[in-house]
Amino acid sequence: MDRWLPHPLMSATIALLWLFLVNQVSVAQVLLGGALGIAVPYLTSAFWPQRPRLRRPWLLVGYVARLLVDILIANLEVARLVLGAPQRLRPTFIEVPLELTDDFAITLLASVVSLTPGTLSADIAADRATLLVHALDTADPVAVCAEIKARYEAPLKEILG
Amino acid sequence: MLIELIVSFFLLVGASFALVGSIGLARLPDFFTRLHGPTKATTLGIGGVLIASVIYFSARSAGLSLHEALIALFLFMTAPISAMLLAKAAIHRKVTTRSRVPPRFER
Repeated sequence: MDRWLPHPLMSATIALLWLFLVNQVSVAQVLLGGALGIAVPYLTSAFWPQRPRLRRPWLLVGYVARLLVDILIANLEVARLVLGAPQRLRPTFIEVPLELTDDFAITLLASVVSLTPGTLSADIAADRATLLVHALDTADPVAVCAEIKARYEAPLKEILG
Repeated sequence: MLIELIVSFFLLVGASFALVGSIGLARLPDFFTRLHGPTKATTLGIGGVLIASVIYFSARSAGLSLHEALIALFLFMTAPISAMLLAKAAIHRKVTTRSRVPPRFER
């Protein structure tokens, strides 16, 4: 089982991606997607030593929904900043101490931080315990750090375990 | 007619955000602030255009057209990574910036 299907989650994702790609659901395409879902993780398993754990996958739905809303609202905010007076921006680097330890989880958090406007992941410390975040305009770096941790890191920690 | 109105609406919204992203690229003061434009406004800009595409093609032919979702997915996966690599390179090269880079990240 572990040898032929090393990453069941990735297999399911690839099969689903295939159905999206061909833009139709038929028996033939489901079978082909399933075959790809088995073949690709098997052939690339050397690149994926760890299997990402999803402890509470159902919470992911709410997380993604909130993320989309945040992206929408904050985009308007950035549009206002950009069209306003860019010279008055207060860009700052913020060091966010991480509680997540898993590489996959940190990657997700860094991407989320980059996608939510106003903040951008710029670097990660060599010991992977601090994320360097660049904020476009902030008066209170501590509050931004706390918000990232409470709003985006804590739910990820809960979902991924 | 209604479909056309909705599609036009999403196209215009998407195009506006893409435009704002580009204006940001031109107007923002330094390298790191400029990085914010393409990763943010552009994702929403593309999102608007993709929603328009989904509605248009779903209405025109039978069945739902959803392969646009893949474009959004891959964009959301790749945009933060390219931004992060650009930022890393900029820190490494010590580009002039208005925000101070914490010393432990200056390598």
